[in-house]
Amino acid sequence: MSPGADASHAQLARVVRQHAGQLAASLMRVTGDFATAEDLVQDAVLAALQHWPVDGIPQRPDAWLFAVARRRGLDRLRREGNYRAKLAQLQWPVQPDPDERLRLIFTCCHPALPRQAQIALTLRVVCGLTTAQIARAFLVHEATVAQRITRAKRKITDAGIPYRIPADDELGARLTEVLAVIYLLCNEGYLSTAEQAQSRDLVDDAEWLASLLHQLMPTEPEVAGLLALIRLHRARAAARFDRDGRLVLLQHQDRSLWDREAIAEATRLLARAARQRRPGPYQLQAAIVACHAEAERFEDTDWEQIVLLYDMLLHLAPSPVTRLHRAVALRYASGPRAAMTELDTLAGALDRYHLYHATRAELLRELGDPDRARAADRLALELTANPAEQAVLQQRITWT
Amino acid sequence: MKYVLLFVDTEQFANDLQAMGPAERERAYDRVHEWYADHAGKIRGGRKLRSPETATTVRLEGGEPVITDGPFVEGKEVVSGYAEIEVADLDEALRMVRTWPGCPVVEIRPLES
Repeated sequence: MSPGADASHAQLARVVRQHAGQLAASLMRVTGDFATAEDLVQDAVLAALQHWPVDGIPQRPDAWLFAVARRRGLDRLRREGNYRAKLAQLQWPVQPDPDERLRLIFTCCHPALPRQAQIALTLRVVCGLTTAQIARAFLVHEATVAQRITRAKRKITDAGIPYRIPADDELGARLTEVLAVIYLLCNEGYLSTAEQAQSRDLVDDAEWLASLLHQLMPTEPEVAGLLALIRLHRARAAARFDRDGRLVLLQHQDRSLWDREAIAEATRLLARAARQRRPGPYQLQAAIVACHAEAERFEDTDWEQIVLLYDMLLHLAPSPVTRLHRAVALRYASGPRAAMTELDTLAGALDRYHLYHATRAELLRELGDPDRARAADRLALELTANPAEQAVLQQRITWT
Repeated sequence: MKYVLLFVDTEQFANDLQAMGPAERERAYDRVHEWYADHAGKIRGGRKLRSPETATTVRLEGGEPVITDGPFVEGKEVVSGYAEIEVADLDEALRMVRTWPGCPVVEIRPLES
């Protein structure tokens, strides 16, 4: 793909995303029916992706999308007098209440929906992705995504999932659900390799969603924490792959490629959130990443601080994977022997997790046991489907 | 909207109830009665079911109906009762269920209108 085409591709994605959620919110207000609003947004987005690359992006993309959705809606609902009358009243410009997109997000991420459906719905309704784009990004069949969406919409209607912002006493738990969706999106995008450069940049969508959420809920420190976390990852993205598209491990990254300004800004965002003294898993994860990002050289990393932050994180959200990460930090803070002792306690829980074996391989090598290290790397290789990670492991098995 | 709450007992729960002294069991039942009283305005009906040993299942899928002893799924989790409720939406049903003091599993099923 040429750089020019790539730019317009990104621009298209940005413009659609800017307006899809607003359009969905307006349609939702008029029809009161989530499934209908969602269908019409998808129709409008598909039309835009068909026309805009040829005709150019219109002066008022929102008005354009709105006109298409309205026309399609009138067509489609010709026989349903009720909607037709409502849609006929729908006039441009509409005054969208920013909170309506929040209602949209909370509905898409309702805990009564399965996680994969929450993700697909959020991407379609709030970010304006097409089913095909979602399928490509997650490497699944389009029919699978379409089915998830259809089932989820049917459940919203039939099970009476409300279109609203949760009440104060539920807000904490429900927000956790939304943040989990955004976090997974970011992870999915982060792990995808350079080879998939043509597919949708999910990290971009995740950052946009987090920043929208931060704008709508400015006093929620965990929202700011997640936004900071995503931005800290992105600020270092340029160093994650070499010119040949190979994954570069943290200790070998060229730190001059890191965006220092973006790192400083994300750190300030995190510091502002921390002032509220309501720590949470995302703020702590962001703080750990900030420790890495602020180190001029790998040797300058404040490992003791990182181990401490992992302790706090484990206290709030115990998880074997987090303990594995802590063990990696422990290796630099207290030596490979201490890390190995910690790792041994995780054998049962993480036996099927490739990074457990890859970490073990690194420690075994350091402890002077290259044979068992290679065996552990081979196990890791069997357990990962990610081509970039496979390449790193393959190289290590061959050369060390 | 109308929903049915299906109350599901687990073996553990049944054992715990067995192990309770009379006074303690009385208190457990009181909490359930209290819950019913608190939500009386939304409850449209429902009953406690007799134990699964009393169930009879009839399968009509072949030619001749097949009658067997016991519930239709043999498992550690059994439906022990139900309540029909009428609330605004799923969130209100969830709010009610969150404070349910009885059995450890509740399935919320919307009724067809």
